[in-house]
Amino acid sequence: MAEVEESSKPMFAGLSDISISEDIPVEGDISVPVSSHNADNDFSTLDEPVKDTILRDLRAVGQKFVHVMYPKKSSALLRDWDLWGPLILCVTLALMLQGGSVDSEEEGRPQFAEVFVIIWFGSVIITLNSKLLGGTISFFQSLCVLGYCILPLTVAMIVCRIVLVGGSGLVSFVVRLIVVTASFSWSTFASTAFLADSQPPNRKALVVYPVFLFYFVIGWMILTFSPSQ
Amino acid sequence: LYSRTCLCKTMSASQGSTNTNTEPWSSFDNNIIQGRGSAVIDMENMDDTSGSSFEDMGEMHQRMKEEEEVTAEAAATEEDNGEYGDFLGMKGLKGQLGRQVADEVWQAGKRQASKAFNLYANIDILRPYFDVEPIQVRNRLIESLIPVRIINFPQKVAGELYGPMMLVFTMVAILLHGMKTSGTVIREGTLMGTAIGTCFGYWLGVSSFIYFLSYLCNAQITMLQMLSLLGYGLFGHCMVLFITYNVHFHSLFYFLWLVIGGLSTLRMVAVLISRTVGQTPRLILCGTLAALHMLFLLYLHFAYHKMVEGILDTLEGPNIPPIQRVARDVPVVASAVVNATIKSIAAVVQSQ
Repeated sequence: MAEVEESSKPMFAGLSDISISEDIPVEGDISVPVSSHNADNDFSTLDEPVKDTILRDLRAVGQKFVHVMYPKKSSALLRDWDLWGPLILCVTLALMLQGGSVDSEEEGRPQFAEVFVIIWFGSVIITLNSKLLGGTISFFQSLCVLGYCILPLTVAMIVCRIVLVGGSGLVSFVVRLIVVTASFSWSTFASTAFLADSQPPNRKALVVYPVFLFYFVIGWMILTFSPSQ
Repeated sequence: LYSRTCLCKTMSASQGSTNTNTEPWSSFDNNIIQGRGSAVIDMENMDDTSGSSFEDMGEMHQRMKEEEEVTAEAAATEEDNGEYGDFLGMKGLKGQLGRQVADEVWQAGKRQASKAFNLYANIDILRPYFDVEPIQVRNRLIESLIPVRIINFPQKVAGELYGPMMLVFTMVAILLHGMKTSGTVIREGTLMGTAIGTCFGYWLGVSSFIYFLSYLCNAQITMLQMLSLLGYGLFGHCMVLFITYNVHFHSLFYFLWLVIGGLSTLRMVAVLISRTVGQTPRLILCGTLAALHMLFLLYLHFAYHKMVEGILDTLEGPNIPPIQRVARDVPVVASAVVNATIKSIAAVVQSQ
């Protein structure tokens, strides 16, 4: 400590000799310009109409939907993460999977709470797993990515519902199987495009497998959904 | 408390060493010394927890955070003290004092909460158990079906949790599939809850029970190793269930139950035998484990099985999948009697 002190003293010791001569006038303006504009900017989102706020959030959510449907290496999903999109998708999926009738004799139809819990706790477990494996992504960013990548499966659910209106024979089953398989692999591919980058390269398979299992379970719930007659 | 006194000591030491400097630059020197002091704090950027125990890391983090908070607090209270001196009159006194006290209470509470959180919810505790490569996982999965030959010295058991956890979740998914296709009705509860409860309950419960028995029988195995061993033993179960939930042949199931279930049980039993001394302890431990493991597979198959195959054969003619058994030719009356008895038995079983 003492040696470092002495070596640094010569660096700054000379500054104590500087003196300002009286010939050079020193003048200036010390007042700090009060920028009331900055204060207004911080609170301006409180004064705007509600429609603007909602539309701005909806636009952000819609932009992320586009990023999911065409997964390319962009960091928009990771940078401005939000959980509105996953909530909307999760509620939509759970409502559609519930079906119309409140018949208590119906077998094995997933309840609203079941779907909700599966999606959110599954996402939490996958996030914990990827963090334990040494991932660099944060908790909520990972939740955001996994939630947004349910979008293809929600689209498949809508398609399945439409197909089931036509009938529930073998042809409709094959069509639904193809649609659900395609959307489930799309979901897995889209989420690994965002998640796998944050892992060390030789461990990507360890992170991809739980994601695959997660979307497989959701896809299975969609495929075995049959509306009550 | 000790960190506060430490800091005071360093500050007074620096002040003592710089009293030879001229007045305007003494604070500048303090900053230099404090800046040098921050070289010690750089260690928190070293994110390597593989070697150190989690308690040391937790303590180090805690100490650094406390130091930072103490310096922030010291700076804040210095400013407040300066303003406090300027305010005259009782109203100003109470305002400042109240705010200061509230601030201190808030800081203390926050520190307590963050200390508790860092100690208990520290995910770094589990990090070493997830440090695996995909090829290691694959090798261990295959090894779980190969019984070891050498039982006179302790066999190595890998202590990792990634493989067992993924296998338990896979089994949950397979069970869900089985429950759906067999049309199981769960009255009190949900399908998902039952599947998760069964799989995790087996893994954690039987591991703890066998660990307790191994403590009684003086076997050399830790809880982590037992969890890992049983978890990998579920690989055989997953395979058998996956095949037999889709291909409903009883004889096929019994064959797979004996062969694959038997192989994975034999592996677990051999590892336990190699770590236990004495005939009776070995018998108790391995007998229990073998019985529980094999019976669990039997239970999983039959609990979610199509119980009423007889009815399906005779009633739902056009929908018979090609692999199911074909009904034998029996007279109409006899078949009606058989169907009635099967229906009543099914009703009795389902009402339980």
